[in-house]
Amino acid sequence: MVRCMACDLLKEKFPEAVRGVEEFRGETTVTVDKGQLRAVLKFLKESETLLYDLLVDVAGVDSGSGSPRFKVVYLLHSMKFNHRLRIATGVAEDAELDTVSDIWKAADWLEREVYDMFGIRFSDHPDLRRILLTDDFVGYPLRKDFPLKGVDFDKPFPVCLEEEKGNQVDA
Amino acid sequence: MPEKRLMTINMGPQHPATHGVLRLLLELDGEIIVKAVPHIGYLHRGIEKLAESMTYAQALTLTDRLDYTSGLSNNLAYCLTVEKLLDIKIPQRAQYLRVLLAELQRIAAHLLWVATHALDLGAMTVLFYAFRDRETILETMELVTGARLTPSFIRIGGLAADIPDTFLPRVKAFVEEFPKRVDEYETLLTENIIWKKRTQNISPMSGEECINYGVTGPVLRASGVYYDVRKAYPYSSYEDFDFEIPLGKNGDVYDRYLVRLKEMRQSNRIVKQAAERLPDGRVAASDAPLVVPPAKEEVGRDIAALIRHFKIMEEGFKPPRGEVYSSIESSKGELGFYLVSDGANKPFRMRIRPPSFVNLGALPKMIEGQMVADVVAAIGSIDIVLGEIDR
Repeated sequence: MVRCMACDLLKEKFPEAVRGVEEFRGETTVTVDKGQLRAVLKFLKESETLLYDLLVDVAGVDSGSGSPRFKVVYLLHSMKFNHRLRIATGVAEDAELDTVSDIWKAADWLEREVYDMFGIRFSDHPDLRRILLTDDFVGYPLRKDFPLKGVDFDKPFPVCLEEEKGNQVDA
Repeated sequence: MPEKRLMTINMGPQHPATHGVLRLLLELDGEIIVKAVPHIGYLHRGIEKLAESMTYAQALTLTDRLDYTSGLSNNLAYCLTVEKLLDIKIPQRAQYLRVLLAELQRIAAHLLWVATHALDLGAMTVLFYAFRDRETILETMELVTGARLTPSFIRIGGLAADIPDTFLPRVKAFVEEFPKRVDEYETLLTENIIWKKRTQNISPMSGEECINYGVTGPVLRASGVYYDVRKAYPYSSYEDFDFEIPLGKNGDVYDRYLVRLKEMRQSNRIVKQAAERLPDGRVAASDAPLVVPPAKEEVGRDIAALIRHFKIMEEGFKPPRGEVYSSIESSKGELGFYLVSDGANKPFRMRIRPPSFVNLGALPKMIEGQMVADVVAAIGSIDIVLGEIDR
């Protein structure tokens, strides 16, 4: 019931920010407005009756089409009340999202990974660099329009072809 | 008066104590670390992207290659998430066997950790003792799953097969013997004065700091925070078993060591209970014909079963639209999977919540202000596996 309590509190405190509440397989997802995201997360962490103090995960989702194109999902856990809550927010292709890395230090790397994989920028992030890919990498691999394999993935490298030719001459 | 300058040194990615390919840039003031910047991603294989091109059953094999020291735990976390999405029930025998195997795997992973961590800090003997026992576990695993490191044995809907008759006697023999083996490790390390000097009060983290950095697993519990997914959100019948969650006090390297050793004893207890109380029955769900392929004999006898088998293998299954998150307590911390389904036979998005990745994010906090010689101890105490960090 506390799960719904979080939703009720959010609706009461941020009536214009809560866009929808979804329940699926016993998990609650609250969709909130992008502009209010920071305030909502800060409230969830600091409110005495909720205390969602552990930021478990930040995940990006690319819908491919649709508007807004991206979704960023924050998974929270409350140590004291032992509850989980998912907060989702929509992000348009060139929009920025407010960082929460000052609220949870855990968000630092998690947001960097979302940026690395989806190209979603987080404003005021202390160190927004690519994290898993190299700095000179072009593109954002987890976007739906990023190809799974290159056009020449099944062709031998030019170097190998030349070596093959050389071998044939030797023979 | 010479000018005072900071020195930057590069540690890794090819460094024996970075447990794979972790690279650290350390800024030093004498022997004190002023700033540490980890660089990761050398092992990135794009597993989350690859999963989007595979059916749900195929993507299972990718999970073996995350934390390669505990393949079965990764299988379990993934399968639980897909099963939650499908809303199917797993027979109790399969649930108990999953617990048994996952706990054996935890012991194996912790043994590997204690071996390499002690080796990093100069205690080589422990490695030989720990690898002897880990070998016993891996051989038992091979007996059941056919593989030592990449089992893919826990399947969506249950297990790939039932256990052979020789399995339980071997497990029971191991369980009887193992507590004495842990005593042996303790003799080598726990009261060892050199070990204590290298680990006590090194890279301490308080409970609040750990929570703020999202740290989970033994590192969090060494700081005295009671959080274990097996107790917080019990899965796979963990509520049926009697075990404790060991906690530390100081949150230093020594306490992380103590917590892991105690966890091995608790895992041993769970394995014992599971082996003793293993119920009879099927090892795969019977109410999910579109997910679980029919038995081999059935396929040879019945044309409908053959067609069903073919369809499952060829097309996979189509879960309903929706998104689920489910997690387990792996040997490193909370390992979670977040799946988004659009109703197709492939995951629309598979996000892995890697415990090592988040825990490593706290490394700069742990080592800044500490001596450069203690970096190795701190890295070892987090128990990172780069396969999981880089994915």
